[in-house]
Parts: sequence; C-alpha cells; structure tokens
Amino acid sequence: MPLEFKLPDLGEGIHEGEIVEVLVSVGDPVEDGTLVLLVETDKATTEVPSPVAGVVKEIRVKPGDVVKVGQVMMVFDQADESVEPKEKPSKEDKKEPPQEGARGETPSRKDRGREEKEREEDRAAEKEKGEAAEEEPSEAVKRERQKKTESSEKPSQEGPVPAAPSTRRLARELGVDLSQVKASGPGGRVMPEDVKAFAEKGKEVEEEKEAPSEARKVSLEEKEAAEGDEERKKPSMEEEAVERVALRSIRKATARRMALAWSEIPHVTHQDAADITELEAFRQKYKEKIQSQGGALSLTVFVLKAVVAALKAFPGFNATIDMESEEILLKKYYHMGVATDTDRGLIVPVLRNVDRKSVTQLALELPQLVQRTREGKIDREDLADGTFTITNIGALGGRAFTPIVNHPQTAILGLAQGRLEPVVRGDLNSYKVVPRLMLPLILGFDHRVVDGADAARFMNTVKEALQDPENLLMVM
Amino acid sequence: MVMGEFTQETEVLVVGGGPGGYAAAFRAADLGMEVTLVDMRSRPGGVCLFRGCIPSKTLLNVSELLLDARRGSEMGVSFKDVRVDLSKMRQWKNQVVDRLADGLKELCKKRGIQFVQGRAIFEDHNRVRLIEAEVSHVKFKHAVIATGSRVRSLPGVSFEGGGRVMSSTGALEIPDIPEKLLVIGGGYVGVELGSLYAALGSRVTLVEVADRLMTGADQDLVKPLLQHLEETFEGIHLRTRVKRVQEEKDHVNVTFEGEGEGFQERFDRVLVAVGRVPHTKELGLEKADVRVDDEGFITVDEQGRTSNKQIFAVGDVVGGVMLAHKAMYEGKVAAEVIGGQSAAFDVQAIPAVVYTDPQLAWCGLTEEECRKRNMEIKVARFPWSASGRAMTLGLSRGMTKLIGDAKTGRILGMGIVGRHAGEMIAEGVLAVEMGALAEDMALSMHPHPTLSETEGEVAEAFLGMSTHIMPSGSEK
Repeated sequence: MPLEFKLPDLGEGIHEGEIVEVLVSVGDPVEDGTLVLLVETDKATTEVPSPVAGVVKEIRVKPGDVVKVGQVMMVFDQADESVEPKEKPSKEDKKEPPQEGARGETPSRKDRGREEKEREEDRAAEKEKGEAAEEEPSEAVKRERQKKTESSEKPSQEGPVPAAPSTRRLARELGVDLSQVKASGPGGRVMPEDVKAFAEKGKEVEEEKEAPSEARKVSLEEKEAAEGDEERKKPSMEEEAVERVALRSIRKATARRMALAWSEIPHVTHQDAADITELEAFRQKYKEKIQSQGGALSLTVFVLKAVVAALKAFPGFNATIDMESEEILLKKYYHMGVATDTDRGLIVPVLRNVDRKSVTQLALELPQLVQRTREGKIDREDLADGTFTITNIGALGGRAFTPIVNHPQTAILGLAQGRLEPVVRGDLNSYKVVPRLMLPLILGFDHRVVDGADAARFMNTVKEALQDPENLLMVM
Repeated sequence: MVMGEFTQETEVLVVGGGPGGYAAAFRAADLGMEVTLVDMRSRPGGVCLFRGCIPSKTLLNVSELLLDARRGSEMGVSFKDVRVDLSKMRQWKNQVVDRLADGLKELCKKRGIQFVQGRAIFEDHNRVRLIEAEVSHVKFKHAVIATGSRVRSLPGVSFEGGGRVMSSTGALEIPDIPEKLLVIGGGYVGVELGSLYAALGSRVTLVEVADRLMTGADQDLVKPLLQHLEETFEGIHLRTRVKRVQEEKDHVNVTFEGEGEGFQERFDRVLVAVGRVPHTKELGLEKADVRVDDEGFITVDEQGRTSNKQIFAVGDVVGGVMLAHKAMYEGKVAAEVIGGQSAAFDVQAIPAVVYTDPQLAWCGLTEEECRKRNMEIKVARFPWSASGRAMTLGLSRGMTKLIGDAKTGRILGMGIVGRHAGEMIAEGVLAVEMGALAEDMALSMHPHPTLSETEGEVAEAFLGMSTHIMPSGSEK
C-alpha cells in the first residue's frame, strides 16, 4: 500500500521548511527511521527520517523547494501494512530531557498556552494534510466556488448574515467579510471565533502568496481578480529595476522575530564603556595556552562570565514576561545566546549553563558552537531556551548601536569595538590623561520587566567585573 | 456678551442638537474629543424633545389614562367626573419637556461640550458662519450635520393662517379641544394625534391617500388598531385626497376627492400630518462640498460620511426612517468613526412604535417585505386573548407575531399590537440583531404573568407547540 509522506509538524509554530537535500532516490529501499530528507526550518536543519519500511516510490520535492506542514513530499510503498506510520517522528525526537536548571519549575500558563497553540497548529496541519491527500482545491477556491453556485441558485435577497452586533463590529475591525466566513453557530450564526479564525486564515493566505504552490495558483488568480491587489502585483514601470527576492528561511524568520520584538517590547538602551586594559593583558597572557588546547580565549568569553554574574545579582534581566498571566518568569538557568553572523544570515546559537562552566571550558565550547553555526550544522536544541543574548559587532568596528532584544528574553548586551582612548583620571585640580582600552557596552532591555536604574546597576556590575580580572574571578 | 467677528476652532462641530446631534456630541466628548454643539434653541433636545416624541408621548399617556378611566367601570371602579383641564395638561407636558431639556444641557456641560445657540451655515469645507450667536465663525476638523427635518406641508395649504390648520407642532400645543377635527395623513403622527384628540373628546375624521393606514407595518397587526380607530373616530376615508383647504375665521372648509364623487366638509381644526422633509436648505452645503439627493437628503456612506470626508451627517437629514433612535445610533457611529473606530451603521432591526391604544410596534423584516422578496419564511402569531396577563389588564385585544426563516428558524422580524408593545419590542430587536433562533426565544424563560410571555409563546408556536394555544389542526 502506498503511503504519502507529508512534512510532519516540527513544533514550535513552524509551518514550513526548505528542502536542503534529498537523501534517497526512487526505488531505494528504506527502513523505518532511515534519513530521507534534510529540511531547513527557522535557522536549523532537521533530518527527516522515513516513517515506514518500504521502497521510495515517488519523490515530489527537490532541493530549494519550500514545503508546508502537511504537504506530500514523498510516496513510499510500504513493506508491511500492519505497521502504523509514525505521524510525527521529529516531534518525538524533539522531546528533550528536562533541563537541570529548570527542574522544579511548575509549567506556567504561558507554557500551557503554547501547548494549546501547538495543538491548534496540529489541527490546522491535519486539515491541510487531509486536503492535500484528496488533492482538493484550497479552502479559498472552494469558498469562491461555493459562493458562485450559491449566488447563481439563490435569490440575492438572502438577508444579512446572522451574527451578533458585537461579532459584526469585530468583523469590521478585522476587515472580514462576514458572508465569506464559515459559521459554526446554530442556524448558520457566525460566532466571534469564526471571524477570528477567518482573519487568521486570511493572514496565512497572504503569506502563501509569497510562495504559491501549484494547488494554490488558481486561488491566487481568483483572489487577485477579486481583491484588486494590483498595487503589489502589477508590473510597475520600474519593474526591471527591481529585483524580487523571496523571503526565505533565515531572512524570513529574522524578519518575523524582529517585527515581533520591536512591536511588543518597549525598548530602552543603556550605554557605558568598560575599561578592559587589565583584562586584555590577562587575556593575552592565557591566550596561547587555550589555543594549544584547541580553544579561543576571546573577549566574549569573559563578557559571558561577567554577564552571568550580573544576571545572578539582578535576576530581572534573566526573565521572560507573560502579560496574559501577568507574571514575570525568573529563570534559574543561564543559557546565553551568542549572535553569530553567517553566510545565510544572523543566527543566535545558545551556550547552555554558562554559570557552571569555567572560562577555559567556555573558550573551548564557544568557538565550536560558532563554527557549527556557520557551517549550518547546528540542531534545533542549539537554538532553544536562551535566557539572555550577547551580540558583539566589535570585530567590524562601530562605537555604538542599539541591539534589539531577542524575544521573549528581557535583555541583550551589545559590544562595540574596543579602542584605546584617552581617559582622564583625578579631579579638576589634579588630573592626568592616560591611554586605556575602552570597550563600549550597550544594554538593550524590556522596560516592562526592569527599569533604567536596574539597567545602570546591572551595567555597573558587568563593568566592574570586566575592569578587574581578579574581581571577575571573584564574582564568577 | 461680546458679539461680532470672532472665530473659534473646534475638533468636532455638531450642527443640530436633536437626538442625532447630541448623541454624536456626547459620544465624541466621551471619546476624548473637543466638541462644539450648535443649535437654534437655547437647550439641546431638538424636535424630539420640544415638539415631537416627548410632548406627544406625554399627552398620549394622558389619553391612555382617560381611556382607562372610562373602562374602569367594567372592573368595578367608576370615575363619575372625568374632566380634562387643558392648561394643567399643557403645564404637565411642559414640565416634562423642561426637566429633560435641563438634564441634557447639564450633560453637555459636564462633558465639557461647548453649547452655542445659533444657526450654522457652511462657508467653506471646514468652516461655518453662525447667525444670532455669540461666536461668528467656527472652524472645524470634523463636522456632524444633524439638522433634522421639518413638517411637510400640502400644496396650497399654509400653517401661517389663523391657526386652525395645524402641523403636529401646533396640535401638540392643544389650543383647544376642537369639536370636529380633520387629520390629513394616516401615518403614525396622524394616527397618534388623532387618537389623542379623540380621547379628549373631539370628533375626528382621518383622511389618507393610500388604501390603508400605517403602510410600513403588516396589516394583520394594524387591524386591531384600525378596529379601535373605527370605534373612536367619526370617519376614516382611505383612497381619498384633500383637494382644497379653506381656512375661515371660525372653521375650515375642506374639499375631498375620493374614488367616487368629491365632497366638502366643515371642520373646526385641521391637522396636516403628511410626513417630514429634510432640513438641508439654507445650510450652505454646496460650499462645503456636501452633496444632497433629489429629495434634499444628504447622501452618506454606511459610516455617515458625506461627500466631504471631514463632514458626517446623521438622522432625518440622511433619510431612511425618520426616528429619533435611528438618529442617535447614527450619531454615535459618526462620533466613533471620527474617533478612529471602525464603527458603521450596521443595523438589522430598527424598531418602530406607534403610541396609540392599542400600541403597534415592529422591528426587523415585516412579513410583507419578506413575501415581496420571495424569502422562505414561517410566521407565527399569538393572540393576546390567550394571555393571562392581557386578561388581567382587560387588554386582550392584541397580538404578538414572529417572522422567521423557514429553514433555520432564525428570527427575522417581530411585530406586536397591544398595550406596552413599544416596551416589549426590544426583545425582538435583540433577537434579530443576535441572529437568534425562535428556539432561543422559546427556551428563554419569560416571567408569568406578563405580556412578555406572549413573546416566548409566539416562539413556541413558531416551533409548533405553544402552551396556551392549540397546535393548528390538532384539536381533538
């Protein structure tokens, strides 16, 4: 019996992925668990195993294709029909042991909310799966067709759509045409949830426009005609002078996450500079030793330690805020995101439990993590659960910048280029100017969670730790 | 007080202080806008308060009292000497009006709305000139035109004569109780005021061009009212036109033209109640780029916006049913739209109430409208002769009627004839607006014994089984 293999739900609200590599060919025998595809989703590459034992009958994707959850990617000839296909292999793989640091934490309402959301997405995916399997036209097309038949059969005086005035107002606010909404209430009454669901769906359709699949082309054409969405679609006079680049994987994820962070988080930026003259001398002293062990004793390593010290002193910066449950969740673990510039765009891998690792250990781990990130070899786990982020632009120059908080974290520390600067010491009556190596530090934070004074205190702690390597050892 | 050239600026200018105007002004102020309200009278309230709804309903309540006093003997209470003291009655009516007008002025003040007495004429797209006002010009960001309507006169008939030919305004002053009164027009004003004068003791003749009274309502509902009018009026002439009205010193000669031969009759007074025309002339609308249609109504979109995007119009000036509650609704919509909300006049049931005895009220679609549109409907009627409460009140002349979608049972309209119909119609309005099913109404408990039970029972009848009436064709 042939089995259509669809892109499984990868969790965490991921709806699509880009095929990086197809690891099998038609006719290849596969076991349950044989890796068949490499799919890149939201910054990480996931290996997709075969759900059954059998033979590859058909491959419907090629590298570069963007596939949606529920879309058929391959067809297998099953060896044993009694074997239940594993629906969501990656979901199971994804399950990680509870973090040590997080032990004892009761699940928050937010977590529950997230679970619910996931379940909703599962349902949505199920639905899409169903559609794809029957090769039916998309909902939009069906609706259009239905509307057409209806309008040709029934007299136009059907009267207004049954819905409460509050629901009608909601529809106006969301720009939803009530007559297009599938009603779930008795007697065809449109409920507020129906309107919301429709509005959500509309958004998805918008997104799909970016990458129309075969099945959806019809609906797109119809939509264009109907909605008069010419502005974006019609060839402008300067069409040839504009290159259209599809918003894909990392760029798309960055765009979405930045927009979310920027719109949701009231950002404040606090700036200072740390005197790292002594630290630099210390670093030079031990650099080679670390290098000989295969690591790199970078400035970032020290900053990681200094930040953890400050986070312990000011836990508000190692937190997430949940507006719905009206709670601030203070994290007792210290997973530091390190913004990494790669050929494919910005990726923020996470160094876990930084508080428990020695400087040497970090100096060994960090370069490896960065390297794996640049080579696209990191797993989803390497991206998850960061509690604070450090972003160092110093290698490329710059005196200051305003980093955007890595949602849902509370703060991010930016490092600009350390420079030798004239520093005045003493007072007006008696002073001297000395050359010091100064590192600009910029703390971006969520003002919902912490205040400016907290930020100043936090920054002072970081500064003091960096100014005096001995002190850093003491606070570590 | 300084008169002269003095220009003021305001965020929202509301022209006209009737229900549409003050509702708009109040809502705009509540939404935080700075509002100026201009009206010709010294206090807000408009026609509704000073010469419409409020005075007429005050007097109609008195006429109901008179009727009840006369009916009392049946129930064992006799009032020997039921006398009418006209000046006391006028005083009572004026007191009611005064108290409400003072209340409105106070509400204006408390909201920080600037009330200016005067007449506004548009000079420009964002400026009005005020006549007979403390302020000579007002420049506005947004304006709401709510200048209402005035009574329509018959060609060749003047209200400016000796006062024997009256409009509703004159009739509400009750100059005397004419022995013989002619009412021209079988709409709600004619029927109401005719009933009032009949109750006071006048011999009333009613003449109507159409072949029926109350053309907007279903005729089965009008029937009990007509029955009452036939009992209390001296004559009702349908399909009859008034050809000539000749006012003499102590009487009025009226020439009629009916289906048969024309005839002449002599009356003490004549009330002309043949509708109202919009108050849009002499407003300088063309200077403000506000367009009106052939009949003088201002054309607006569903948000109340005129052809000038900054100017809105509400109430009688925009046409539709000329009722205070419709004007108020539109006023609030306009204010909310100005305030940036996505409000709209999205109404499925405008209630109409005729304050006669019995009262007549309806909302949503009428049976006749549905039939005209070929809609598949089902109609249920519940006669008040089966209502315990109606019986206790001695008011069993009445009926409650439900119009619903034949397939879904959705309530499309409701009509009631009988005492307190106006108070009861609100349940129908809510049902229609909510898209409720007859089942919803039947399953909602209604208190016993009340007239509102007839609404629950009519919904039951719609579903086939009502407690107090036998299912049709099932009598054993």
